[in-house]
Amino acid sequence: MSQVERQQWDVVVVGAGGAGLRAAIEAREQGARTAVICKSLFGKAHTVMAEGGIAASMGNVNSGDNWQVHFRDTLRGGKFLNQWRMAELHAREAPDRVWELETWGALFDRTRDGRISQRNFGGHEYPRLAHVGDRTGLELIRTLQQKIVALQQEDKREFGDYEARLKVFQECTVTRVLKDGDRVSGAFCYERESGRFFVIEAPSVVLATGGIGKSFKVTSNSWEYTGDGHALALLAGAPLLNMEFVQFHPTGMVWPPSVKGILVTESVRGDGGVLRNSEGKRFMFDYIPDVFKEKYAESEAEGDRWYDDPDRNRRPPELLPRDEVARAINSEVKAGRGSPHGGVFLDVSTRMPAEVIRRRLPSMYHQFKELADVDITAEAMEVGPTCHYVMGGIAVESDTAAARGVPGLFAAGEVAGGMHGSNRLGGNSLSDLLVFGRRAGLYAARYADALTTAPVVDNAQVDAAAAEALRPFSAEGPEAGTAPENPYTLHQELQQTMNDLVGIIRREGEMAQALEKLAELRQRARRAGVEGHRQFNPGWHLSLDLRNMLLVSECVARAALERTESRGGHTREDHPGMDRDWRRVNLLCALADPTGALALSDPARGQIDLTRVTTDPIRPDLLALFDKEELVKYLAEEELHE
Amino acid sequence: MATGTEPHLKKGTSPGGVRHHTRAAISAAHLRTDRWWLQPAATAAGLFAFVVYSTWRAFANADYYAAPYVSPFYSPCVAENCEPMKNGPNWEIFGSWWGLSPALLILIFPLGFRLTCYYYRKAYYRGFWASPPACAVAEPHAKYTGETRFPLILQNIHRYFFYAAVPVAGILTYDTVLSFRNEDYEWGHAGLGTLVFVVNISLIWAYTLSCHSCRHIVGGKLKHFSKHPVRYRMWRWVGWLNGRHMLLAWASLISVALADFYVYLIASGAFDDPRFF
Amino acid sequence: MSTRTTSGTGSSAADGDAGGDSGAYDARFRVWRGDVDGGGLKDFTVQVNDGEVVLDIIHRLQATQAPDLAVRWNCKAGKCGSCSAEINGRPRLLCMTRMSVFGRDEVITVTPLRAFPVVRDLVTDVGFNYTKAREVPAFVPPAELAPGEYRMMQEDVDRSQEFRKCIECFLCQDTCHVVRDHEENKTAFAGPRFLMRVAELDMHPLDAAAATGLDRKATAQEEHGLGYCNITKCCTEVCPEGIHITDNALIPLKERAVDRKYDPLVWLGNKIRRRPTT
Repeated sequence: MSQVERQQWDVVVVGAGGAGLRAAIEAREQGARTAVICKSLFGKAHTVMAEGGIAASMGNVNSGDNWQVHFRDTLRGGKFLNQWRMAELHAREAPDRVWELETWGALFDRTRDGRISQRNFGGHEYPRLAHVGDRTGLELIRTLQQKIVALQQEDKREFGDYEARLKVFQECTVTRVLKDGDRVSGAFCYERESGRFFVIEAPSVVLATGGIGKSFKVTSNSWEYTGDGHALALLAGAPLLNMEFVQFHPTGMVWPPSVKGILVTESVRGDGGVLRNSEGKRFMFDYIPDVFKEKYAESEAEGDRWYDDPDRNRRPPELLPRDEVARAINSEVKAGRGSPHGGVFLDVSTRMPAEVIRRRLPSMYHQFKELADVDITAEAMEVGPTCHYVMGGIAVESDTAAARGVPGLFAAGEVAGGMHGSNRLGGNSLSDLLVFGRRAGLYAARYADALTTAPVVDNAQVDAAAAEALRPFSAEGPEAGTAPENPYTLHQELQQTMNDLVGIIRREGEMAQALEKLAELRQRARRAGVEGHRQFNPGWHLSLDLRNMLLVSECVARAALERTESRGGHTREDHPGMDRDWRRVNLLCALADPTGALALSDPARGQIDLTRVTTDPIRPDLLALFDKEELVKYLAEEELHE
Repeated sequence: MATGTEPHLKKGTSPGGVRHHTRAAISAAHLRTDRWWLQPAATAAGLFAFVVYSTWRAFANADYYAAPYVSPFYSPCVAENCEPMKNGPNWEIFGSWWGLSPALLILIFPLGFRLTCYYYRKAYYRGFWASPPACAVAEPHAKYTGETRFPLILQNIHRYFFYAAVPVAGILTYDTVLSFRNEDYEWGHAGLGTLVFVVNISLIWAYTLSCHSCRHIVGGKLKHFSKHPVRYRMWRWVGWLNGRHMLLAWASLISVALADFYVYLIASGAFDDPRFF
Repeated sequence: MSTRTTSGTGSSAADGDAGGDSGAYDARFRVWRGDVDGGGLKDFTVQVNDGEVVLDIIHRLQATQAPDLAVRWNCKAGKCGSCSAEINGRPRLLCMTRMSVFGRDEVITVTPLRAFPVVRDLVTDVGFNYTKAREVPAFVPPAELAPGEYRMMQEDVDRSQEFRKCIECFLCQDTCHVVRDHEENKTAFAGPRFLMRVAELDMHPLDAAAATGLDRKATAQEEHGLGYCNITKCCTEVCPEGIHITDNALIPLKERAVDRKYDPLVWLGNKIRRRPTT
């Protein structure tokens, strides 16, 4: 067993989306030999699905913009639960990260004077999103991919080998982060194509694996989003932060069933699209919460004027943060004012000429035409909320992206928690990837460089990881000789459970029920079995991913049950209000068994321990960016007096 | 899967195409269920018909002038053995030693233009040479070097034929102007033939200007359109035409044959040109 | 789960329980199964619901009849270019091919891409494309401009932006007969996707390759095999993004190569200008 192939690298990055690639570029430029491991082909990461843009306060379209305004918007969007230092770094560094992309060949849409054009988006006070039509994520991933290739070409010139200092292991999956004592020592991986195991020995591991959406039935996320990084961190002893906050994007496709959940970009609203219910009413005007009353238009006329004259009018409420819009759509449907297929209407056809729609929203036009037979230049789209993003994630140090408690482990992008608080603003995700991807790569390289003794990979851990990965091939049913569980069935049941019981509106009883169901699924998942052999076997891959999805789902359910308030991406029907006392409380999930083993524990207790921690007070100069009247709505009494 | 993969080459062990030993073992050359052969067959038939017709007319050396109309196949007429045409495109560049049809002297230019045209290349590579017959349908050739060597590397001279095609189109325009006369060379008249000529010359110009080389020369070669606003506008205009290059290629091919055939009918006395005024 | 909620995600009516009464039927599929050592087309009968695409059917086969059926896919929305395969002999994305385009009694044949080595079932080794990607010299940033100082006009970036819509599904590479029908050409020919990449960089308003002595117009022909292209346009026909690969990238690149190599005036000019430096 232990003659698994081993390779030595300085930094290993898990995931090749925006954060992973940016981390790899930085680590390599710092001089670290860097390996990237990704589940899909190089360049296919979920980042390509991002449509709207990258939020960065460059002020190209409205010169009133600056990092302070961006910081303020981010905190408002996250309902002040954000790890404020991350939000600050993010707002300060985002413009540099975007400009840097241009030097690597990115081609954003331009303003009339030749600078990067920026568009409006929900929750952003000024036009702030650098974009390329509605395919910004593709541009980002391709630019980073091509920068990696450029670095490899440099290495080819210098060393005669493209992969001398930077190598992408595509279609490989990490199932365990290996440790030497407290420290990280490497990663255990399998190659999908051959089913072969291998170990990467590395003192630094950067997790950049994205989100958890595949635990939900209706989701905009791709198959890769099985919470791998979250689970790897938990298993390695690092805690997850605020996992109850899951963003349901307000506008996903609802029809036909096979495309339900696929994203309809927020740019549709940013560029003038409006939401209507079955009575033809622009219902969002009825859903402006008190904390946002002063910032949004009260009449349709004012909202419409804002597109041309944003300085003297307030923005339409279709551009409220995503959690507000998603809840509003949900309420309308529940009240019986939904569209025929259970969504609401999103209309651009009456707002813009067909030619403009096709130019500004080409992939939306294409997507509806091809998949739903709907011509968005002539008729309204039907949309409804879809699971889109997890705000919670690995608890990290703000400046270094280092995971708390595990030296050598770093996390960036969606898998890291804290940055977005309880709700992420559109466009802040791509900038998050770049800002913290770079930081993770930088500090991972520095950490590896500063080590005097290299960590040693423990053979016993490698053997255990190999045995764990092979279990599905010898699985049996509850009694010896009976058929094993079908992993596809388990996955569908998990998705249905999370969707129905820990979805957009949550209730105590349902979440308790979800935890019971998860316990049952966990036991059955240990008996998940597969046919065939190890070579590119999707049934096997899913069986292994189930462990991760179940761990993460339990975190979401437990934390959601614990937080007895509604805030951002966490809405409790039984606790509908935002509670100022909860603002300072973070919920940390850790593995109940600190050895990282997953022996079948007491089903009721589960595998996760939950603890409450109180956050650091927001730095006074950052607090000073807000009006006193606004702070009163968010901050607890004692915070205000400090 | 590692990113580096050399092409799989094992000489002599298997055929080179879709049946190569590393590829999915499927014996069929293609699995298309639609009528993929229709397009190349129709293309080949259309081109073949034109070749037959134009060969007959080019070598005929007769019935190409009926005042005021001259067949586009014989214009300009540059040999001593041309029929005299008043104000017409006669230049006696080639003396009495030239005994063949004068059409041959001039057709070489439009022929070369069309032969090296990016659309016609596609059409005859697919239709006549089956390289490939249709998308994802295996081609029958064991080796393929494309346009990398002689003679096909000569396709790169397309733009010089374009340069030549412009004056030829200019002369045909002149012929069209001359067609606004009557049999007695008096101006201000028109007949059905005039209409045929106007349609034909419009299509000839549209086809000529929609050429990919023209699009390149007009503006495509520029790196910064913003510094050349006029050429940018022209490039966009040519680009619009270029999007219809195939359509124009066929339309002008048919119209030039029809114009010639019309002149033939009148010159041979088979038909009388209806006069409008 | 006895309490059915209406809160799910937005809808309760017509939830993903698929089509229901409206038009579910059984379709006949032939799917290639096997690996590099051999394989063949296997017959399946499988349920199809309203609005589904071929990838849905492949997934249903995985979940119900063939759990180890290998297929690559990611986004299922035509944005990542992973699920490339051949359906009834035509290169297509599985996720963007709707079942409604086929007759209900039609047998639908799904095979892996036939220009690349097969790995297993519908998965092929597309490493050829990554090799070629590395052979195209990267964007060269202009030395005199710092980040943030780039100024480019929209009309100057339009052309390259069209090419950057490419999702790298490699359908154009698969259908191109230069390599599909001639394995031996893979060394010399970059394929439409990467010739288009050369065109994209050559048309990039700020690419400074020329300043470093790199002539992308000439290398397109000399190193990336532009001359192999006989502009038969299959790449354009299969492109799921509707990029005009032939008309807007390959032919303009051929014309640019003509500027460099077959235009006597330019050639003469270069000769004269170079003389003093040699």
